[in-house]
Amino acid sequence: MTRKQKRLTVIGAGLAVLGIAVALVLSALSTSIVFFNSPSDIEAKHIAPGTRIRLGGLVTQGSLKKGDDLRVTFDLTDGNKTVPVTYQGILPDLFREGQGIVTEGTLDPGGTFHAETVLAKHDENYMPKEVADALKKQGRWKEGKGMPRPPASVGPGAQLQTPAAGSAQKSAQK
Amino acid sequence: MIPELGHYALVLALALALIQSIVPFIGARTNDPVLMGVAAPTAVGQFAFVAMSFACLVYSYVVSDFSLSVVYENSNSLMPLIYRVTSVWGNHEGSMLLWVLILALFGALVAFFSTNLPKTLQANVLAVQAWVAVAFYLFILITSSPFTRLSPAPFEGRELNPLLQDFGLAVHPPMLYLGYVGFSISFSFAIAALIDGRIDAAWARWVRPWTLLAWMCLTLGIAMGSYWAYYELGWGGWWFWDPVENASLMPWLAGTALLHSALVMEKRNALKVWTILLSILAFSLSLLGTFLVRSGVLTSVHTFASDPLRGIFILVILVIFIGGGLSIFAWRAPLLKQGGLFAPVSREGLLVLNNLFLTTACATVVVGTLYPLALEALTGAKISVGAPYFNLTFGPLFIPLLFAIPFGPLMAWKRGDLPGVAQRLAVACVLGLVAVIAAFAIAGTHAVLAPLGIGLAVFVIAGALTDIVERSNIMRVPARVALRRVAGLPRSVWGSAFAHMGMGLTLLGIVCETSWSSEKIITVRPEQTVKLRNYDLTFGGLSQHRGPNYSALTGVFKVTRNGDEIATMSPSKRTFPVRQITTNEAALLTRGFSQIYVSLGDPNPDGSITARLYYKPLVLLIWLGAVVMFFGGGLSLTDRRLRVGAPKTARAKTAALAPAE
Repeated sequence: MTRKQKRLTVIGAGLAVLGIAVALVLSALSTSIVFFNSPSDIEAKHIAPGTRIRLGGLVTQGSLKKGDDLRVTFDLTDGNKTVPVTYQGILPDLFREGQGIVTEGTLDPGGTFHAETVLAKHDENYMPKEVADALKKQGRWKEGKGMPRPPASVGPGAQLQTPAAGSAQKSAQK
Repeated sequence: MIPELGHYALVLALALALIQSIVPFIGARTNDPVLMGVAAPTAVGQFAFVAMSFACLVYSYVVSDFSLSVVYENSNSLMPLIYRVTSVWGNHEGSMLLWVLILALFGALVAFFSTNLPKTLQANVLAVQAWVAVAFYLFILITSSPFTRLSPAPFEGRELNPLLQDFGLAVHPPMLYLGYVGFSISFSFAIAALIDGRIDAAWARWVRPWTLLAWMCLTLGIAMGSYWAYYELGWGGWWFWDPVENASLMPWLAGTALLHSALVMEKRNALKVWTILLSILAFSLSLLGTFLVRSGVLTSVHTFASDPLRGIFILVILVIFIGGGLSIFAWRAPLLKQGGLFAPVSREGLLVLNNLFLTTACATVVVGTLYPLALEALTGAKISVGAPYFNLTFGPLFIPLLFAIPFGPLMAWKRGDLPGVAQRLAVACVLGLVAVIAAFAIAGTHAVLAPLGIGLAVFVIAGALTDIVERSNIMRVPARVALRRVAGLPRSVWGSAFAHMGMGLTLLGIVCETSWSSEKIITVRPEQTVKLRNYDLTFGGLSQHRGPNYSALTGVFKVTRNGDEIATMSPSKRTFPVRQITTNEAALLTRGFSQIYVSLGDPNPDGSITARLYYKPLVLLIWLGAVVMFFGGGLSLTDRRLRVGAPKTARAKTAALAPAE
């Protein structure tokens, strides 16, 4: 093999692997990314039923209902719109009414969101960044003022939330 | 008084680092031995002061001095001593102090062990190391000082995040940082070589042990973090393709590539420019990881607090060092003497292939990690890139790499004999095929990929052993001679065999766990029995008890197999009143390399509780493989060849013992 051929082999192999990688990345990005939406976005963006999305918001106080076979339903709100969510499985330890969470799943034609995963964070002052931003967009969150009370927060649950709300305020002020 | 001492020591370390970053550099330019001689003592002094500063912080935690803001925020006098010590780095400020402590430690080690380096190289390396140190000292002192006082001092602290109250915190961050920061040495060597404008095979031999050490620690650190997430989060998952995990995987991939390309440079004096570039990239990715985790652009358990100034400061450090490093590279690399070219079918050819796949796989992880951030910054759209993306991109690029692993060590340098190597791998190949058939026979044909994965893993493991067998010629000589030869093989040969074997073991564990796990999420009533694979788990009821700083709800499960009682498992949920957090303490029962995993969900008023029950076949191999890789790296590290300044005769002797080399 001449010097030129050797060099061409290396460059050729490099380009081939790189090409494969680019093709893989592009195809994966077009099929497997999931967009984050707030309850208001669902109407505004006309999200089609069956599209895999992430939905984030505050769990409405008093909306959590447990059924058989670990089925749960609850409402997610961003203060403007509310979407009913169903989920089957164990909710995260930090799932609480009034708290911000993110779910991933699909909408059914009736407008109910079927969550396959429910994410809550490992921290008492957790407010997922996406949820905080969505709330800001709805004017429900002001920098420095901390977490707004969800609309239905007048109730026995509201008392429970005080420490969490207090620390969310703290983190927002930092 | 003690915290002020710590703060003052840190300022002194900064002062020494400033001297170290300028004086030896000038000395190297003017060839002044006195100025260059400043490098080593300042590096050691710097380490002494940072160590003192760190010790002061540890002391404040141990005695629960809540007048310190970080101690108040992260500690509590009720916490056991070990968690009071580990919470030193369980927060942003302290973890950055640990970061510079390790950085200074590496600097001191270079000063100590590299006395036989060319003087200018040593001076330049330590100067570059000090540039990095100065940046991070300033970062700590300006934006994140752990020595900030509170007045009046609170009576009791807020306690460490309960999820972090675990032995994992004692091991995972220090190991990971040893890895991250260890790559700063190869970075400093690369920049120093570019400044010098000279580079040769000896350079690779000096850099390799440091890279190897960093790589070993990073391997173990990642594995430890994965195991910790596995047992602490209660979902039975061990890798989530979370950006924070990717942040540690990216430097690992680049570091692995660097280890292999440095080998080519050392043996064949080729791939020089590429190796330099990889050294810069490996540390750049470490810095990127630090930025992603520490700046608050991501929310996760690893991001302790987000202060915009900190994010911007780290971003500036990132831009200076990555941008600066790559600029110096672009400017000086063309001046370096190019290495030779070589035949595609040869050991070095395969190592190039290895580098090609590792770096592109690394690039796909970089894209998947940064794409959501870039898209949000540009368009405001929020997306998540999860496991499906990485399975579709990282997987296909990693599989050919794994398949090529056994060929590498068997291939000769310069001009390889592919049919010959394939012939020698015949046994390994047959073993792999047998494993595929056996897996199909046992598991059925509904999962096609899994048996193939098992075959690949067996091929990688058997291939690593083939290398040892071939080199010692075990099959063809009397047992005594063979034994002596096996013992006489260079440790680096054993090292690479173990590291590759570890990779195979990890793959085996991953394939088995992801394909054949059994999962049951159900509500159990007392005395109810659940069947899980070949085991019966009987729920014995719940009990409450109190720990030092939490209250726990514990369930009891009696595990029987064919009616024989094997063990009792007690998963629990702990509630920490100070922070109002509940954590999950999953119960693990190890059977061979497999595990039964039980974690609790919510209790119901009637005494039943929801629980997650898993049977995870061969799951322990995932982490055991990493430990084997670590061990292999350690063996290689003790090889005479890598000992800087090893006598020539010794090297000649090992070479004679390994004619296959």
